[in-house]
Amino acid sequence: MSYSEKVIGHYQNPQNVGTLDKSKINVGTGLVGAPECGDVMRLQIEVDSATGLITDAKFKTFGCGSAIASSSIATEWLKGKTVDQAVTIDNMEIVEELHLPPVKIHCSVLAEDAIKAAVNDYRKKNGLEELKFEESVIH
Amino acid sequence: MVKLPIYLDHNATTPCDPRVVEAMVPYFTNSFGNAASRNHPFGWQAEGAVDNAREQVAQLIGADAKEIIFTSGATEADNLAIKGVFEMYKSKGNHIITCNIEHKAVLDTCKHIEKEGGEVTYLKVNDDGLINLDELEAAIKPTTILIAIMYANNEIGTVMPMKEISALAKQKGVLVFTDATQAVGKIPVDVNKDGIDLLAFTAHKMYGPKGVGALYVRRKNPRVKVTAQIDGGGHERGMRSGTLNVPGIVGFGKACEICKDEMDQDAARISKLRDKLENSLLELEEAYLNGHKKHRLPHVSNISFKFVEGEGLLMGFNKDIALSSGSACTSASLEPSYVLKALGLGDDLAHSSLRFGLGRFTTEDQIDYTIEAVSKTVLKLREMSPLWEMFKEGIDMNAIEWAHH
Repeated sequence: MSYSEKVIGHYQNPQNVGTLDKSKINVGTGLVGAPECGDVMRLQIEVDSATGLITDAKFKTFGCGSAIASSSIATEWLKGKTVDQAVTIDNMEIVEELHLPPVKIHCSVLAEDAIKAAVNDYRKKNGLEELKFEESVIH
Repeated sequence: MVKLPIYLDHNATTPCDPRVVEAMVPYFTNSFGNAASRNHPFGWQAEGAVDNAREQVAQLIGADAKEIIFTSGATEADNLAIKGVFEMYKSKGNHIITCNIEHKAVLDTCKHIEKEGGEVTYLKVNDDGLINLDELEAAIKPTTILIAIMYANNEIGTVMPMKEISALAKQKGVLVFTDATQAVGKIPVDVNKDGIDLLAFTAHKMYGPKGVGALYVRRKNPRVKVTAQIDGGGHERGMRSGTLNVPGIVGFGKACEICKDEMDQDAARISKLRDKLENSLLELEEAYLNGHKKHRLPHVSNISFKFVEGEGLLMGFNKDIALSSGSACTSASLEPSYVLKALGLGDDLAHSSLRFGLGRFTTEDQIDYTIEAVSKTVLKLREMSPLWEMFKEGIDMNAIEWAHH
């Protein structure tokens, strides 16, 4: 399988690789996937509690190039968005941006799930009700 | 400067040796005859060339030329052996014994046999990839007609104890078939010393052309027969009809001749390079060898780099180095390698594996380049891996409730 230029770009120069302090109340962490499935994504957001804006986002991913690229682009998009805007990111936007082939759509789904999980972790920590999402269809 | 890209996928296929190509060329143009044309010089020439090649092929495995049936490749030879024996020996029984790390050409043929009313036992392998001889013996029953065990595995290179397997089979009067696709031309294979009744192999894994292979069928002690799976003009003593691929067969013959002459020196040189590669990569933390360290083909090494995913790893250098991975992402089925899973590896380690297959034209500077590129990428991806971070923090990953999908 050949990869799109964008996937290769993110793979070679991934943006926002790293770890935020998950003990901080304004940091939300989402860990999705499973080692047995060959994909694990951890995505973290740091939120300015006064404005609700995401000031920083970091990821670490175990997976193929498309999974790495999906999480890299997701962290890029998260910065500067509000927590509420963050959960509107749709996996198909990632598919389009990275030109992912059908067999790699699950990588984008994982990234979307990671965002939602991070947001819910943040909400939980801050006494807010966790959002309920429809089960993603493609896994 | 090392010449790029580097090819380290010789278990998938090998390049044609230039000497093989040279031998083949005349049979596309001037000597283009049909080997079955008995009435003119074009046919005689082709027939002579095929006879010569048949001799070369037979000699490599210690067989008689009359025992070689040319096919389109090892997959067809596997099909012919298993289906052919099943149909021919129906009156004797319907039970076949094989193992769970065979190539799909054998496993799927066995599945077909089951649909046709056959019974198949799939022996498990131990964590080195070897079958247990006691289990084999216990599986043999009065209805058993065939034991089909590969000579050497394509993913991990583990070499099965063929002599012991055939000795057991002889005692019980059961035929032995082996898919020796990966072994022939790489290590000494002798149908008499090894006690093999049927043996499948192919040219393109030993520096010959694609599209030509052979099935060895024993003619003496015992005389083995198979029911043809392709009907037609009665070529290959009625066991495989179809106009012979003369240039391919000539190339196959030449490839066998070269392997016979050069196998020992090739194996010595290649295994040295393989060991250098393997020892260097195993110095990385949490890197594990898959398969048997000793009972193994000289040119194969299969290594899992824990906490990095195989396809992601390949992407770090696959423009420059051609390799295979047992990762699900590189297969059409999205399942990680069934061979590695059969060894008892967890899916996570199976996802993290690379197969290095060295060959006749692999050089030391290519190996040095590969060691550096793979090591660098493993380290880079581990910096990006949440699993590596957890491992380093001493978190028990088995205690985490992963969301399986």
